[in-house]
Order: sequence, then C-alpha cells, then structure tokens
Amino acid sequence: MSGIDPGRTVVKIEGLHKRFGQNHVLRGIDFSVARGEVVCIIGPSGSGKSTLLRCINLLERPQQGRLEVNGENLLDPDCDIDAARRHIGMVFQQFNLFPHHTALENCIVAPMTVLRLTRAAAEATARANLERVGLADKLGAYPAQLSGGQQQRVAIARALSMEPALMLFDEPTSALDPELVGEVLTAMRKLAEAGMTMIVVTHEMAFAREVADRVVFMDAGTIIEQGPPDSVIGAPREARTQSFLRRVLNPVHLD
Amino acid sequence: MAQYAILAIVLALAAEFAKWREIGRTFFEPRLIEFTILHGLANALLNTALYTAGAFVLGLVLGLVLALMRLSPVAPYRWLATVYIEFFRGLPSLVVFIAFSLLPLAFSGLTIPWSPYGTVWVALGVVGSAYMAETMRAGIQAVPKGQVEAARSLGMSSAQAMRKIVLMQALRLMVPPLTNELIMLIKDSSLVFVVGLSAGQFDLTEFGRSTANTNVNITPLVVAGLGYLLITLPLSMLVRRMEVSRVTGA
Repeated sequence: MSGIDPGRTVVKIEGLHKRFGQNHVLRGIDFSVARGEVVCIIGPSGSGKSTLLRCINLLERPQQGRLEVNGENLLDPDCDIDAARRHIGMVFQQFNLFPHHTALENCIVAPMTVLRLTRAAAEATARANLERVGLADKLGAYPAQLSGGQQQRVAIARALSMEPALMLFDEPTSALDPELVGEVLTAMRKLAEAGMTMIVVTHEMAFAREVADRVVFMDAGTIIEQGPPDSVIGAPREARTQSFLRRVLNPVHLD
Repeated sequence: MAQYAILAIVLALAAEFAKWREIGRTFFEPRLIEFTILHGLANALLNTALYTAGAFVLGLVLGLVLALMRLSPVAPYRWLATVYIEFFRGLPSLVVFIAFSLLPLAFSGLTIPWSPYGTVWVALGVVGSAYMAETMRAGIQAVPKGQVEAARSLGMSSAQAMRKIVLMQALRLMVPPLTNELIMLIKDSSLVFVVGLSAGQFDLTEFGRSTANTNVNITPLVVAGLGYLLITLPLSMLVRRMEVSRVTGA
C-alpha cells in the first residue's frame, strides 16, 4: 500500500446513475479513489463495471450524481471535457490503436495535437514510454504487425504519453490469447509499483489479488462490497460475491 | 452447347447480311480518323479533363461538407444535407445543367465566372457532390467507433479526432468508390453542350459530334468515344487494383 496519500482524492463519485433508455445500468454508485491507489473492479458481465469506468472520463455521460476527477466537477456544464480527459488515460479491451500510425506515431499524435508539443519532445516521451512497456524495438511497427499483447502495451504507452494522473483499464486482457496476458499484466504491475493511480476492470483474479490495494465487487449496477483483496477475494462477506467468485475461480465445478 | 449454336447463327447472319464495306466507311474511315486526331482531338480531350477536374474538386469539397452535415449531432444540418442529396441525386444531370446555364438569364446581373468552365464546374460539381457525400459518409462511418473513443480519451476535440484519426482512415476506404464517381463525372461532362460552347471550348462529345456533322460520317464520334476510354479505362483498372490490394491487406 506504498505511495497512497489518503489526503488526496483523485476520483470522487456520489450517487451516480446511468440509464441506456429503459436499461438502468448504474443505480447509485458512491466510490472514490485516492492518489497512488490501485483499484480493481470485478463482477459479472452486465454488472455496470465498464460503464462506471467509461463514466469517469465521460465516454458515457451519467444522468444523475456527482463526478469529480482531480478536484474538478466533470458534470458541470462549464467543464472543459477535452482538457479534463488529458489527465485521464484509458486502455480499451480492443486496444483501439490507430492502424494508420506506427507504434511511435500512436504515442505522439495526441501530445502533438492536444498539448502542441514539438515532434522531438513528443518522441522523447513516447520512446521512454514504449521502452517502459518493453517495446523499444517496435517503434516503427504498425499495429497490424504486432501481436495482441504488444498492441495492448503500445496502447498503455500511448495513454502514458499524455502524462495522466489517472489510468483507466477496461478489461485490458480479455481480448488476448492466454499466453499473451502475462506481458500486459506485467507492464501494468510495473506501472502500479511506480505509483500510478489505476482503476482496472478485470477478470484476472490473480492480478487483483497481488496488485490491487482495493477490490470492488459490483453486481446489477451497485457496489456490493469492497475492501482489501484478501478480504473481498479471500473471504467475501456477501452471498453474491461468494457465488460470483466460486464461478470464476472454479469454473468446472458442479454445484 | 446451345449457347455456342446461337453464337454461330448470329455470326453467320452477320457475315451474310451486314454491309461490311459500308460499315467500315461510316464508322472507321481511315482518312477521317487521321483528320480527327490531328485537328482538335487533343484540345477536346484537354477540355473534357478540365471540365471534369474542376467539377471533381468542387464536388469533393462540397461532398465532404455535406457528409459531415449528415453526421452532425445538429438535426437541422442533417435535414438540410439529406434534402440536398436526395434532390440532386433524384434529378437528371441534364436538368441541373439546363438550370445552371439559364441562371444568368433568370437573374440579370448574375454571372458565373470563367464561363463556360465555371458554369460546368458548378453544375457538375453540385450533382457530383450529392453522390460523393454519400460515399464519404459511408467511409467515415466504416471507421470503428473505438477509434473516436481512443482519440477523445487522449484529450482530442471531436474536430481533431475527425481530422487526425477518422478522416485519415476513411480516406483510404473512399478512394476506390470516389474514383468510380470520377469516371461518372467524366461521362457526365458530355452534357456541357447545353451551356453553349464555341469551337475551342468543345469537349470530346461536342467535338466528335460537330466533326461528324460536317463530314456526314460517324468516324469522328468513334474517335471521340475512344478518347473517353483513354481516360476511363486506366482509371477503372486502377480501382480494381486498389480493391484487390485492400482485400489482401497490402
């Protein structure tokens, strides 16, 4: 739990509701994340965990509630969303790399466009970040020439190139072949150890257990239980958490 | 076998009844072929290219604006673009040409600059833009939504995401269908006769027709037709190559 400064809240959410038409996906979420904290969100599909993550950088706009990131009220009509998103990195399940750009170009296009950095300055940061995720030798490769694991690591480097205060991971290993999951999780773990504030929606229980400071279990649009991984994953209190973990950790078991 | 029997019968009838000598003299008179090529074919070819190129550029710009309007979150922009596109796609190009050539008569004082070139560019560009807008809209929509989300999550505005990420990818998807539309424009440029041209301004069709008229022989028109194929066939081949390379991912 090193690097956590409980005095500084990065994300603060109160009474958040999100509906897609008739479908009430988030039903009153209260949730906060401190600087340097690594939070893993787990739960069955359709529980609203990805939607919660996508609300934090306003890829989805909630209908009701409070949402503060870095002390800024993102739901204020006067809030500059583009400016707020610069400090919130996001990594997607399907990578979403820009296919017409090389790995290096993927990492410099936003810093050059948004932050108006010179190419040299942007490339220096990009190289450092690609090196950080172990891809120093793939700078000139196009996404189609990279494996899924490599693509996802480029996506992490791309998000880091904006020097965000917070990183969001939306099931970053769910689209990967099993043998490629490890390299992405390792890159994420190094990031966590370097003190990055991270919110990770994941099905990787081993990662949550070893890397997370806190695990949040969601079901049916609400947070059912949260706490240190040893208690939420190791000894869950709620029946729904227990039944979910039984299914995930022991999928071939017949009850 | 039956198909070949029909072919054989048709060929036999053709050989028996067609007046080959007369056909040759009317369509492929060597002296007239030479005359047509030497007296004005190059100029007519250049004019057709000029009329088409200007219209294509105007159509591209107007088409992009219309495509973006059709995708706009602002409903009135969408309605305007839809009305424009449906209107000009539904009318024969000839009608649009006549309208634009009559415009300066209807509004005294209004002149379209660089006439007749300006008139042709506007008329053909307006028609072409309606088709190109739909092509571009389809190209833009073919870029996965995740691309916009990735760009926006990096702090790009929606305009920056459109310019730097979506259009750059959509452009590749659009090139083959836009080349097809260029071919259509080249053929539609034959409608310039409506505008009223002097000899130096003749496009391929007008040139072919007037030369055919004066010589009472169809050969010049055949030569003019071959002039079109000279431009359109390489373009068609280019489109086919691009489509193949897109499928193979090269």
